[in-house]
Amino acid sequence: MTKEQRLKKRYSAEKRFKQYGIVSICMALLFVGLLVFKVLSEGSSAFVKTTIQLELNFDTKLLNISNQPTKEEIADIDFYDFTLKHILKVYPTNNRDEEKLLIKLFTSDFEFEVKKFFLNNSDILNKVITLPITASSDLDQLHKGNYQRDITEDRRKISNFQLKIYDQLLENKKINKTFNNYFLVKGDSRNPEIAGIGGAMLGSLFSILVCLIISFPIALLAAVYLEEFAPKNKFTDFIEININNLAAVPSIVFGLLGLGILLNVFELPRSTSLVGGITLALMTLPRIIIPCRASLKAVPPSIREAALAVGASKVQTVIHHVVPLAMPGTLSGTIIGLAQALGETAPLLLIGMVAFVVQVPGNPLDPSASLPIQVYLWSESAERGFVEKTSATIMVLLGFLIVMNSLAVYARQKFEKKWI
Amino acid sequence: MSTSAKISANHLNVFYGQKQALFDISLDINQNEVTALIGPSGCGKSTFIRCINRMNDVIDICKVEGEIAIDGKNIYDPKVDVVSLREKVGMVFQKPNPFPKSIYENVCYGPKIHGIAQSKDELDTIVESSLKRAALWNEVKDRLQEPGTSLSGGQQQRLCIARAISVNPEVILMDEPCSALDPVATAKIEELIDELKKTFTIVIVTHSMSQAVRVSQKTGFFHLGKLIEVGSTEKIFKNPTNSMTQDYITGRFG
Amino acid sequence: MNILILGFIIIFSLSCFFFGKSRIKKIASINQFKPKALPHFYGFYLSLWCALPALLIIFLWTIFEPFIAKYFIISSLEVSTNIKSNADQLNLTYQKIKAFYFGTFSGTASEQIKIGAAKYASFVAMAQNAKIVLVVTSIIGFSLLAYKKIQNNIHAREGVELIFKSVLIICSVVAVLTTAGIIFSLLLESIKFFSQIHFFDFLFGLEWSPQKAFVRDASVALSAEQSKELGKAFGAIPLFAGTGFIALIAMSVAVPIGLFSAIYLAEYASPTVRKFGKPVIEILAGIPTVVYGFFAALTVGPLIKSIGDIMGLEVSSESALAAGLVMGVMIIPFVSSLSDDVINAVPQSLREGSYALGATKSETIKQVVLPAALPGIIGSILLAVSRAIGETMIVVMAAGLAANLTINPLDSTTTVTTQIVMILVGDQEFTSAKTQAAFALGLTLFLVTLILNFIALRVVNKYREKYD
Repeated sequence: MTKEQRLKKRYSAEKRFKQYGIVSICMALLFVGLLVFKVLSEGSSAFVKTTIQLELNFDTKLLNISNQPTKEEIADIDFYDFTLKHILKVYPTNNRDEEKLLIKLFTSDFEFEVKKFFLNNSDILNKVITLPITASSDLDQLHKGNYQRDITEDRRKISNFQLKIYDQLLENKKINKTFNNYFLVKGDSRNPEIAGIGGAMLGSLFSILVCLIISFPIALLAAVYLEEFAPKNKFTDFIEININNLAAVPSIVFGLLGLGILLNVFELPRSTSLVGGITLALMTLPRIIIPCRASLKAVPPSIREAALAVGASKVQTVIHHVVPLAMPGTLSGTIIGLAQALGETAPLLLIGMVAFVVQVPGNPLDPSASLPIQVYLWSESAERGFVEKTSATIMVLLGFLIVMNSLAVYARQKFEKKWI
Repeated sequence: MSTSAKISANHLNVFYGQKQALFDISLDINQNEVTALIGPSGCGKSTFIRCINRMNDVIDICKVEGEIAIDGKNIYDPKVDVVSLREKVGMVFQKPNPFPKSIYENVCYGPKIHGIAQSKDELDTIVESSLKRAALWNEVKDRLQEPGTSLSGGQQQRLCIARAISVNPEVILMDEPCSALDPVATAKIEELIDELKKTFTIVIVTHSMSQAVRVSQKTGFFHLGKLIEVGSTEKIFKNPTNSMTQDYITGRFG
Repeated sequence: MNILILGFIIIFSLSCFFFGKSRIKKIASINQFKPKALPHFYGFYLSLWCALPALLIIFLWTIFEPFIAKYFIISSLEVSTNIKSNADQLNLTYQKIKAFYFGTFSGTASEQIKIGAAKYASFVAMAQNAKIVLVVTSIIGFSLLAYKKIQNNIHAREGVELIFKSVLIICSVVAVLTTAGIIFSLLLESIKFFSQIHFFDFLFGLEWSPQKAFVRDASVALSAEQSKELGKAFGAIPLFAGTGFIALIAMSVAVPIGLFSAIYLAEYASPTVRKFGKPVIEILAGIPTVVYGFFAALTVGPLIKSIGDIMGLEVSSESALAAGLVMGVMIIPFVSSLSDDVINAVPQSLREGSYALGATKSETIKQVVLPAALPGIIGSILLAVSRAIGETMIVVMAAGLAANLTINPLDSTTTVTTQIVMILVGDQEFTSAKTQAAFALGLTLFLVTLILNFIALRVVNKYREKYD
């Protein structure tokens, strides 16, 4: 090989090498892009729901009450029956099976929607009002275009008869899409159309709060001790080794810890965000201690010496001077640690926050799920209606994470002093 | 400027971002001679010498204007291949920087990437001759597989010289090669330089005026990025024309 | 009830604070000494001595009360029923008693249960009273003690600072307690497991089918033959193999991409590209693993299956390839971040030595920089492997559930973490061998990741020594 040939070969190797680098980075970006695209495209439809305009005649005779109804009378109203009568008018038929199919086009909760409207509105007696009733999940998916129509009936979730009704309603402009207020507010449900992440969000909120309340003070105090007061001996080394180890332990082991000790030995209530929060706190402790120590270390000795020279005690120096200066780094580390805790699923699965919880939790002692667990539960479901909800939940989860991480970065950049 | 000089700098100006480091440098370096560059710290000697093998290309904010010609060809011509240039112009650094590899691998690295050796035997020959020419062979011939970093400071620097020689350059640039070494090691290296000038053209940056007197035939005095005076070593040190040169060599500053 | 006690403690200690703060001057003049610290320290001293012991008592009491209650009730059960039942039976009865007491019991309760619930109620009441008495005693006792000390002219600030430092030490020890807790909980259940299943059958057995343990009635002793068969059902080799296989696939994605990204960002990229490129790759680390699992199960898995179908290959819908690929992407930032740090730590003088010899950038990187950074890179790879082994959600959602010894990436296989989740998520009697097996798996996982992390840290530290 001549000198020129060899040189050429070397330069093309150089070019290839550089390209590998660019390709690698692009592949990583591509993955993120694909993920975001899929989640956004699938999830955005979960924020709207399909409704059917139903004509309701709030005639007092139909409701079985007087014109000035008492509280008892109102409590006795059978909304199911009342609404059913009006539903059957939408597409009158004599066939029992067809009636069932018609009813199935509406959400199984239709009576509660009518009841809620009735209780919240006065002056509707003896009037005819058209209410948008949430459609069932199958109709909702059909309207959103997720069901194929051109396959044989037995392979479809919507029967031919239901399709006829649907087309008629469409023509009469009785089918609308509105904002899905249930999604963010309601708890889980077997029926996708009324399932929401309200329960999961509160569960996550309570868990993270408990985690914060427990882990932040303990982590801060431990970091202060290790960095400022601990003597250099075997005991301190032992503690440091433990902390570094814990930071690298798989999260599922913490779930086992929660199950084995918190639930089995201490008999704390299962499936609650209290236990979830404690488990997450144990996991988050080392993740806060490490950045906190780094921030404390970064405070220059000159500040400490200045305080001591004025006659402050070591404790006063640390509390009044060092810790405040280390706060930006500590806070941003804490926020990042909490963001990681928010996304954790495995430990919470093991301590039971996977129960099917319909009630939105009112306090940390109520059983609940969390956002990532809701994603897990819904992604396992066979129903088509849950697919968009899963993606939408991911959107909400990622949204929170983006906010938290940006906050951490902002806090660090704005408040951190650059020591020259 | 004489065109028979090996290296010829013509109106060279070098900038680090907005700051100018070298002002209009024009200087000839003759073949098979040792040219010393002296001057106080920060005066641009290292910057200049790094221009000769285009090491300043590695620094993003460094901009070079003007030309440096080697054998009559401007090395800053865009068509010039830097990799081949550096095969011709070798460099030894201030602090010895052997690779964290064995002694053998340190020396054969250059020949390997340039494809100079065709077989293992050729490689062995090159390694042996380079180490001999760097006056290190006898000390390391029994332990070629040991890491280069296990040698003493002076030995490491000679290893770096052997490494530079291994690709058979025409010019060797030395940037204060003895400043990190003790007097005994320094003496060995100076002896080596004297031998090497028979085969190579050497440009050496040095802080020590006595070293410049000992090893060089030509000397250039730099100050604050300008070439104040250049001439034969004897003239510069015995009878400088410029008063600043006089002040420097008598130790009034720097 | 606890809230009331807490409130009482807080109010009392607050009043101690104000009392101490305002009264120190008077106390000092009565006892004829000059106070050694500022007034608020005396307030703190008094209030901390009042509050902290009481809070500690409440904390410990709340943790250990269920324990003691259980012991108390179960031992009285043994006495009253005179039947030598085993631990499972007793535990079950205890749970029923508790349920009855809390009103969540379904069905008709036996007489034994009603008596037990009454006993439980009386125990709880007694414990409550004892707690109040103890708390009040401690509050009054310790505050008096502290007050006496103040009268004797102690250095209040030093006293407070001593208390503060003790609190600091206790907080630091929490990490140790956590590790101890992990080891304790894992060991406890694992020992129970290994008393039923032989250790070597677990580590080296080739068949994992815990369903066999499911239907077993815990109170009936096993025949020797049944025991042997049961012992064979918990062979963990397929799980180890599955974990390792998926981790291998993941690393074969993460190492090249992560390493090359790190090299490019460290050596080639302009500062702007580096400023944006590094955080973007870090984003991969911030995405929750459940989202990765979702992507793997619902997009990547079916995609691989359809590609396989087009090519005529037999692809499982829960292929190891799908899980491994996505896990690999998740691990990229682990490899790239640490490698980036070690590559940057290689001294510039080495690079310059190589350039001065006429080497191209890629030659310098391949032959000088990477070998110099190798220990650090290996350390980062080991840490990434440790992460891959411990990963749960991606494999739970995208990998299979059947223990399958295979080297075909298109096949489905299960991992240690998947099995732990599958065993424990669901209503299982806690003492059966199946649930204990999950803890044994957890113990194995914990030990392996511990060892890997230890080696990785040693390797990285040894590397640091070389350049310092």
